[in-house]
Amino acid sequence: MSTMPNVLVRSEFEAADIGKAETGDVARKLTLFERISDMNSVRKLSILVLVIAAWELYTRFSGVSELILPKFSATAEALYLAVVSEQLLAMVWNSMTVLVTGYAIGLAIATLLTTAATMTRFGNDILSTLTAMLNPLPAIALLPLALLWFGLGADAIIFTLLHSVIWPVALNAHVGFMSVSETQRMVGQNYGLRGLVYVAKLLIPAAFPQILMGLKIGWAYAWRTLIAAELVFGGSISDTSEGASGGLGWFIFANQMDLQIAHVFAGLFTVILVGVFVENVIFNAIENRTVRRWGMQAR
Amino acid sequence: MAKRNGSAAGIKPAADTTQPILNVDGVTLQYKTKEHLITATYRVGFDVYPADRFVLLGPSGCGKSTLLKGIAGYMKPVEGAIRLKGREISEPGPDRVMVFQEFDQLLPWKTVKQNIIFALHNGGKTDTAAEAEEIAMEYITKVKLTGFEDTFPHMLSGGMKQRVAIARGMAMEPDVLLMDEPFAALDALTRLQMQKELLQLWEDTHFTVLFVTHSIEEALIVGSRILVMSPHPGQVKAELNAHHLNHDNVGDKKFAKVQQHIHDMLFADRILEEDVQPGARG
Amino acid sequence: MSTRSANRKSSIPELVIRPEYEISDIAQAKTGDVARKLSLVERIWNINGVRKVVILLGLVSAWQAYTVGLDVEPLMLPSFLVSLTTLFNALFYGDLIYKVWFSVKVLLIGYSAGLALAAILILWATANRFGSDFIAMATAMFNPLPAIALLPLAMLWFGLGTPSLVFVLIHSVLWAVALSTHSGFENVSHTLRMIGRNYGLKGIFYVLKILFPAALPSILAGMKIGWAFAWRTLIGAELVFGASSGSGGLGWYIFESSQNIDTDGVFAGLFMVILFGIVVENVVFRNIEIRTVNRWGMQR
Repeated sequence: MSTMPNVLVRSEFEAADIGKAETGDVARKLTLFERISDMNSVRKLSILVLVIAAWELYTRFSGVSELILPKFSATAEALYLAVVSEQLLAMVWNSMTVLVTGYAIGLAIATLLTTAATMTRFGNDILSTLTAMLNPLPAIALLPLALLWFGLGADAIIFTLLHSVIWPVALNAHVGFMSVSETQRMVGQNYGLRGLVYVAKLLIPAAFPQILMGLKIGWAYAWRTLIAAELVFGGSISDTSEGASGGLGWFIFANQMDLQIAHVFAGLFTVILVGVFVENVIFNAIENRTVRRWGMQAR
Repeated sequence: MAKRNGSAAGIKPAADTTQPILNVDGVTLQYKTKEHLITATYRVGFDVYPADRFVLLGPSGCGKSTLLKGIAGYMKPVEGAIRLKGREISEPGPDRVMVFQEFDQLLPWKTVKQNIIFALHNGGKTDTAAEAEEIAMEYITKVKLTGFEDTFPHMLSGGMKQRVAIARGMAMEPDVLLMDEPFAALDALTRLQMQKELLQLWEDTHFTVLFVTHSIEEALIVGSRILVMSPHPGQVKAELNAHHLNHDNVGDKKFAKVQQHIHDMLFADRILEEDVQPGARG
Repeated sequence: MSTRSANRKSSIPELVIRPEYEISDIAQAKTGDVARKLSLVERIWNINGVRKVVILLGLVSAWQAYTVGLDVEPLMLPSFLVSLTTLFNALFYGDLIYKVWFSVKVLLIGYSAGLALAAILILWATANRFGSDFIAMATAMFNPLPAIALLPLAMLWFGLGTPSLVFVLIHSVLWAVALSTHSGFENVSHTLRMIGRNYGLKGIFYVLKILFPAALPSILAGMKIGWAFAWRTLIGAELVFGASSGSGGLGWYIFESSQNIDTDGVFAGLFMVILFGIVVENVVFRNIEIRTVNRWGMQR
């Protein structure tokens, strides 16, 4: 306490002319190299090239068996052959047709469920009970039942796809609707929005970040379910359908059975390509046009 | 209670020539929480006349925001009636536009201009897109946001967002503009600026506005007439004139006197409240 | 529009000044109930659990009534009670409990190995930009690849058995967790980062004490997705190849039952899958959330 310092009172001052100070480099352009290595795509591409080179060199010089790990060049060749002469594209098309059918019907059912849940408390309770029970149930586990009920064929796969899409989509959309801010709801009502118009013009855009997340999870589950279902039952299913070509999962499984490992890798590449296309091109484009532009991204 | 409404009708000479635009008559409002049924206002009555800058002033828990929601039509009174131009209010509608405190009242998926057009279009104020566009631009200019019409709300500052909300409300030309503590979330300097701008806008067209605040100073600056409310449950304490007070009076004696008077009224109440109903909160 | 403004200009109303008034005896007002408790019935019906149980009972009795009333072929759709009895018998007199344990064991090994690998990758990514780029690249490529598609390769490399299952499980967990943790770290606010530096945190302590808790909501979301993928992958893998791995798990039990046209066995297996899924999602993860992100107010 004895050494507590006192306030030192100094004279005041005001600066009369601020302005023409020599500021040196206020903003300087980065060098060309700095700018190129700052471009994400450039860095990612070089990593990809590096990994591929390492793979090729390893398989070429370590003498690892083609049956364990084929060369990258062999894989690329297999992919080319599969596309040109083994109807790989047709198989992708088969898979996508089934997937899109299941996804679309699933969305429609999820929309109905969510609408009911948003309108009434009873619907709300039904939806939350059903999702709590059925969301943790892997869709693929229903495939044996589906085969029993619908027989071997696309119908059984579509049934399991429905299950994999409906619950995550309905759950997320419903959570999204519930968490639309009270203020925004009141604004909508204030301007005279009612009923379906209110849902379409206010609730859906306001809940869109959540809805989109549900759509993405639903897609991810459906994609995994489809590949698994084709791996398991693709053979038997393709035998009964007239095209007799099966889907992408079947392509992988059949080639593994024939020990065509380069072709298995080619199939996996195709799966990755389709997945990257849907997630990084389609969903990213939707995000850029909507939630990112609106500054509404969840986290 | 009858006395209060009676007095409103009886001793207002001006009421002979002009009819009140909004009539709140013995309104009791209740809402449910998970466990309780809360009475927010108890038999509140007042009249709002055209061109009024009518302020609902009171401490938190006096039900002033709930009352505003009642007038907006989001809640139904359990007792009494709210009439706009003589017609009883039953649901929300674009004849009473609300401006909220929260910044998220703007629709984030629409630009500044689209937010206003959205209101005009859905409120049935315009038939053609060109007309809506023209009105939107007019009000964007009025609230000094020219150049920001194509910006999305998340890129605006808090003050600018509130300006858009006010522009959106005014563009609707409602019978009465309802403002629920619109400046409470702004910093002091911006708030001052916004109060001034609101008064300037009022000078243009003398629109009717019902303004909720818990700041005595803001009430005196913004309001032409102030309804002082007491809490738990909200009841009318007094109705005072403030049309002769604005920013220029803030320092002077007249202003300080009214401010102190209201402060005493509310302060006296708070002691009573603690004596009578410990722990009761709205 | 022009008529609008013209009308407005011509009819600007003037302020109506009226006398003030004050009410002095306000405290005496009879306020009725300011706050009244809701009735017992209202409050019980407001409990979510009660309503959900009622709905569940309703659904189950509808199923029972449908199968019994319409005399549905039990091979196509067994009644609820029959399925329940089968579950009960399989649990207490059969070997279902061992099959569940087998699945859970594989799942736990794969899940924790996946988490550990994800942690290592992430630490590498926070340490340098090359690591960060590599993670971004690898997750973008491997996340969309369903783990089960790797099963044929895994069986080639590791043979039939648990190692193959663990391999695909790791794949299903690793990328989902790495992706969300990585983006969680990147979204930690600048303020929090500066606070950490301010207090002199560096390296691993900076990651553990600032980045990890701040990104926990996103990490947990990734762990939940990772769990969901792993659970789906495991059941799928067991359905396909469980038999060959000797002692099968839960997925194998379902497949076996369906091959034997023992439909009530299929339903018993599905019940078990649902039960286990509910326990993990609503008990394990829910509790972690309640203790962390909910308590910290980082998530509603």
